[in-house]
Amino acid sequence: MSLSYLLRRILLVFLIIWSAATLNFFIPKLTPRNPLREKLLEQASRSGYIPPGFNEMVKSYEKKFGLDQPVWKQYLTYMNDMAHFNLGYSISNFPKTVPELIGQAIWWTIGLLTATTLISFFLGTLLGALMAWSRSSFIFRQVVPSLLVLGAVPPFIVGLLLIYLVAFKWQLLPLGGAYDTTNLPTWDFSFFLDILKHSILPALAFILTTAGGWAIGMRGMMVTVQGEDYMTFAEAKGLKNWRLFYRYAVRNALLPQITGLAISFSYIVGGSVLVESVFRYPGLGSLLATAIRQLDYFLIYGIVFILIVAIGIAMFIVDLIYPLLDPRIAYEGK
Amino acid sequence: MTAQTISSPALPIRKNESSGLRNSFRYLRRNRQLAIGLGILVFLILFSGIGYFYVDKNTAYALGAPAGKAPSWEHPFGTDGQGRELFAVAVYGIWETLRIGFIAGLIGLGFGSFLGFSSAFFGGWYDVIVRWVVDVLLTVPGLLILVVIASTLDNKSFTLTRMAFIIALTAWMGPARTVRAQVLTMRERPYVMMARLNGMNSWGIIFRELVPNLLPYLGASLVGSVTGAIFATVGLAGLGLGPLREPTIGVTIYWAMGQNALLRGMWWWLMMPILITILIFIMLFLISAGLDEVANPRVRRTI
Amino acid sequence: MIKTPGRISGGQILLGDTDLTKLSEEEMRQVRASQISMVPQGAINSLNPVMRVRDQIIDSMLDHNLGLSKAEMIERANAALEAVELNLKVGRMYPHELSGGMKQRACIAISIAMSPQVIIADEPTSALDVVTQRQVMQTIGRLQERMGSAVILIGHDMGLMAQFVNRMAVMYAGSLAELGSVQDIFTHPLHPYTQMLIESLPVLGNRGVFKGIPGITPLLRDLPPGCVFNTRCPHVMDVCRHKTPVFKEYTPGHWAACHLHEK
Ligand code: SF4
Repeated sequence: MSLSYLLRRILLVFLIIWSAATLNFFIPKLTPRNPLREKLLEQASRSGYIPPGFNEMVKSYEKKFGLDQPVWKQYLTYMNDMAHFNLGYSISNFPKTVPELIGQAIWWTIGLLTATTLISFFLGTLLGALMAWSRSSFIFRQVVPSLLVLGAVPPFIVGLLLIYLVAFKWQLLPLGGAYDTTNLPTWDFSFFLDILKHSILPALAFILTTAGGWAIGMRGMMVTVQGEDYMTFAEAKGLKNWRLFYRYAVRNALLPQITGLAISFSYIVGGSVLVESVFRYPGLGSLLATAIRQLDYFLIYGIVFILIVAIGIAMFIVDLIYPLLDPRIAYEGK
Repeated sequence: MTAQTISSPALPIRKNESSGLRNSFRYLRRNRQLAIGLGILVFLILFSGIGYFYVDKNTAYALGAPAGKAPSWEHPFGTDGQGRELFAVAVYGIWETLRIGFIAGLIGLGFGSFLGFSSAFFGGWYDVIVRWVVDVLLTVPGLLILVVIASTLDNKSFTLTRMAFIIALTAWMGPARTVRAQVLTMRERPYVMMARLNGMNSWGIIFRELVPNLLPYLGASLVGSVTGAIFATVGLAGLGLGPLREPTIGVTIYWAMGQNALLRGMWWWLMMPILITILIFIMLFLISAGLDEVANPRVRRTI
Repeated sequence: MIKTPGRISGGQILLGDTDLTKLSEEEMRQVRASQISMVPQGAINSLNPVMRVRDQIIDSMLDHNLGLSKAEMIERANAALEAVELNLKVGRMYPHELSGGMKQRACIAISIAMSPQVIIADEPTSALDVVTQRQVMQTIGRLQERMGSAVILIGHDMGLMAQFVNRMAVMYAGSLAELGSVQDIFTHPLHPYTQMLIESLPVLGNRGVFKGIPGITPLLRDLPPGCVFNTRCPHVMDVCRHKTPVFKEYTPGHWAACHLHEK
């Protein structure tokens, strides 16, 4: 792998994370008021009592964003905090810190999104490839394409539809949550099954809506690849159908799909926030929805920051895998 | 579309117009996706446009109607748990949703294509910077940026129009990228070379040669931005951000979820906004797939 | 064998005693590359960009029930690379690391790896510069002598043909115009199209004057009635416009389809 490729990728991740942090810093400053402080006090007065240590929190907050400091100094302190994942306290769950709350929720999100993204990517890509392959059966060439329309609908809308039909009307699967809260979670097989049962609908909401996009992208690429000279020559080589399909057509059409995977993380994560909140799935999305409802600013900013960092890292991983699949990148600049 | 661009400008304008129109109709008959998508769009606009004059807007707000009525002749879409007439909500909600989508989408398209155009055309450092900014911002979910902005602003000072402007902040990166890529490939095409050799200046080339050829891509980009913008309004409202008193589709979903519409047996409360959202997104999808076929006739895709 | 809307309207394709038109898709696949192979036209893009060259030679052997072990296949692949005068190192390289001439040689290596009886070379040198063209053609010629295969060379370049082939067929708009030995065709061309093709060749000492053939080839789905060449033929007669000339043998081994010579 060439060094310049690696450096560019690292720079990109760095810029993504930096811009996320910077946006988080400057956007609240755009309003002339100091909404953070206002809400902090409002929250404290509304709940009628001031929890122990709350004053320290207000103070530490004021110190961090203190208006006595010049902006660039505030910015540096803030950046330093961000670099140490020092994201502050949660207002409504005081004295819990934002990283603590995020730490509890993030694994649910990572688990759900990794599984569904992988399934959807491979399923969608395969369907798209079969749709474009001139030797596929009628079903793939005529019937499956009409299902692609689902890909147009946002995942959480399909999620709501699934909740209504599958969970509410037919009562086949639970309405929401990640596990049955009437039982204490014990780490055994039945608990695992329970988790699986609860994740089917949110996962389905995702897969049904995102697989279509992969299929459309793959179909387009397969059409292009099938017109390439190397496909004609490969056919003249008397290769078996499966080899033509996988090693020649799919293998080449897959490359842009992988680039697409890196770009799509932002859409996936954006969509997951809503899907989770619809299913009350205890990941970052639900946490964000709750934080918004409770006007828990530090938590909102913290979650947004972490999600963007996660996107950056996921993209970086894909960017590292890509050269393994495309020799033209791997040798570039050697 | 293709037929229109071919038709010779030497023909008398009148004839050209009518044959262009007839050609468009003939084209729509072949491009079924575009036809169906545009058909749904016309239907939605007619539905809420006509409704605008006949439906009392007050009934679309809380306590404007008896609460919790199932769909019936009197309440075609039922009423929600807080006394909104859901038919009125549909009429005004569709209108507002499309309006926000188009305002944000047009602003995004305008700004984005300006950036894409200029960066592809002038190149150099400017291009490098624009490209990096677009690349970085495209990886940050617009919805999350909007969450930060909207949660910082006061819900009370929010109007739907202001929301449209805020959403436009995240709607320009897509068009910028598409337009930049297209201009880059077009710049190398023979007709642009010819124009340049004939001594046409940059702006002349842009407006006489590039813009007309870019139109289908601009159309597809606009649909993309509008889709993103509508997703953002519905999503923001679904998370409880923005003007929550206004009768929009997203807000209705928010209240239906927050007030446990299903558990209270009021399925219509949730289903009305969901089905409308699905209709809107399928419409946008069909139009964009149709425009795609106009832009790249080589990749014939039928759905 | 032929993609729609094309179809085989009649005739036979004989290879030894087998009629290829009667073979099933699977049997035909077995014939490809092992008995009839092809040297592609656009060598630049004819190799799979994500596979090493040697793997692209081997995979077509894998699909042909040759009963060879992996090591034997590698050996054959190496032999093929040697035969086209490529360094064995090339086998482990990816197509984007090769030059145009090397890619064309790699393609030839793929098509000769199973010593086919017939090699169809479809303008094998059209994308190469003149020097490489010559080298590639010489390689093909040497291989042909060594393996005893028949080479069918398809192309527009009459000069190249004259140097390289024994028997030559001239086709126009999908039908045979003339067939004969190179000698016969160049010394006594029968069909007007052939005559014009030969006249269009650049001649030494006749700089800058090129003769073209006016007009364009008709669309294959919209052929004129009678002789397909009648729209551009200088000798066109009334009969040419409604009657298709028969493809006949005029002198031993020299065939043509033209009303000028019928009677
Ligand atoms: S048949 Fe007639 S038209 Fe055709 S080539 Fe001979 S002379 Fe010309």
